Amino acid sequence: MSVTVALSTPKTRDMRIAEMLGRRRRRVSGFAGMLATAATVLGLVFLASILFTLCWRGLAGLNLTVFTHMTRPPGSNGGLLNAIIGSLVQTALGTLIGTPIGLMVGTYLAEYARETKLGGAVRFVSDILLSAPSILVGLFVYVVLVEPLGGFSGLAGSVSLAIIVIPVVVRTTEDMLRLIPDTLREAAIALGAPKWKMIVFICYRAALDGLTTGVLLAVARVAGETAPLLFTSFGNSTTIGGLRTAMASLPVAIYQYASSAFDDWVQLAWSGALLITAGVLATNIIARYALRRRG
Amino acid sequence: MAKDDGVIGITTTVTQGQQRASRAGPRLAIRNLDFYYGTNRALKGITLDVPERQVTGMIGPSGCGKSTLLRVLNRMYDLYPGQRAEGEVLLDGENILSPGVDVNRLRSRIGMVFQKPTPFPMTIYDNIAFGVKLHERLSKAEMDQRVEWSLSRAALWGEVKDRLNTPAMGLSGGQQQRLCIARTIATRPEVILLDEPTSALDPISTLKVEELIDELKRDFTIAIVTHNMQQAARCADQVAFFYLGEMVEVGPAAQIFTAPKERRTQEYITGRFG
Repeated sequence: MSVTVALSTPKTRDMRIAEMLGRRRRRVSGFAGMLATAATVLGLVFLASILFTLCWRGLAGLNLTVFTHMTRPPGSNGGLLNAIIGSLVQTALGTLIGTPIGLMVGTYLAEYARETKLGGAVRFVSDILLSAPSILVGLFVYVVLVEPLGGFSGLAGSVSLAIIVIPVVVRTTEDMLRLIPDTLREAAIALGAPKWKMIVFICYRAALDGLTTGVLLAVARVAGETAPLLFTSFGNSTTIGGLRTAMASLPVAIYQYASSAFDDWVQLAWSGALLITAGVLATNIIARYALRRRG
Repeated sequence: MAKDDGVIGITTTVTQGQQRASRAGPRLAIRNLDFYYGTNRALKGITLDVPERQVTGMIGPSGCGKSTLLRVLNRMYDLYPGQRAEGEVLLDGENILSPGVDVNRLRSRIGMVFQKPTPFPMTIYDNIAFGVKLHERLSKAEMDQRVEWSLSRAALWGEVKDRLNTPAMGLSGGQQQRLCIARTIATRPEVILLDEPTSALDPISTLKVEELIDELKRDFTIAIVTHNMQQAARCADQVAFFYLGEMVEVGPAAQIFTAPKERRTQEYITGRFG
């Protein structure tokens, strides 16, 4: 502000007002900065507390048995192998089914139906689905897949996860494609490119980082989903299960074990929770690293 | 008009048919062109010839319709619903505004370079190859040749020949713009549209692009929109002045800048408005 000028010349009225405003702005800015910092610290404290408890309790029971043994009755030295594999299969399959659909819907919204009524309706429905309680998704799949097929199955679990993947991928795909400047699209069109080539070879490439992030967000989201699996793949306490039979999964095992009365089961629940968290974190780090090396 | 580096076949395919025509005949003839953004009439009855292998400069204050006109010439407005053109634009006698025209083919014949450099997120080599692959099937050797040819014509080859496989985003702004020009001429268009191609560049890059335009007009028909009247005077053979959607005057550059017939043209070029 004009503080230094004021040293050499007498202050005019305007300068005094400017100084006063300057002091006021600095005070307000300092206050707002303090609030923002406090909110950040508060958020981080909760996060750190959760992670710390998770590591502390989870690591205590983490040993080789967890990875090599199936779930067993309490007191018989069981592991989580079937739940781990079941989760990997259902998450992978759910992502594999949901991602292409999500990408295409997001592309439709961003490239074909930006201002249209139908586009607006699709966007609205997708956003509702994004925040719909996931247990409803489970019930929906129960009605359309589990009942007609005559029982719980890994396939039904994967489909219910796919339904949760779709709106997440739709939203990030549309957002990321919209960030691409129209000048880039026009440049491709001006060379005589048909629209689909412009989208696939120019837009997807320009938005690749964002699109990948969207898929990862979806993976992270569904890796920990419990509610949609309860009515679909149900969980399996003896073996992995299969796509046509009830299938084990980490979140369901955690849900069952954590509320049990047996210490070794509760301990396994903690370890399982740590595994999911570490798995999601690892996926993110690997993907980021791969993307950076490519770009 | 045989070009010494006729390896690419541009001599035969593009220019032969026109050799018999008079050298300064119109390549592109605009007839009674109206253009609408929704209900807003942005171009009013434009009639203008863009002569073969010359530079036609389009000047005028912001919003006068000169960029709009350029975007009609390659049907870029097709991308946006609500925009429409009426009248005729004849390319070698064929009306490019008629509904049956293959716009992708048209755009390979009428290339465009934009105000801001728009390199694609890929390597320098692939930036050139992308456009070529849209319209031709070339062997690897032919494609290498085409890439070198177009980059040489755009006066960029010497600066990038050792890093063709690095991302185009790593080039400077001026280099990126010359890459975009190379990318456009690589598809061997007949007409090149330049929409304020130097307004985002520094003076040295601007000079290079202007020299390039002078060089390219030996083979291509060029239309350039510019806000810079010195640039129009330096580059253009023919200059058209636009104001409020009308074409006020067109004539040889020397005449427009020294002895304009219309009062509005004179007022604009002497800086009284715009």
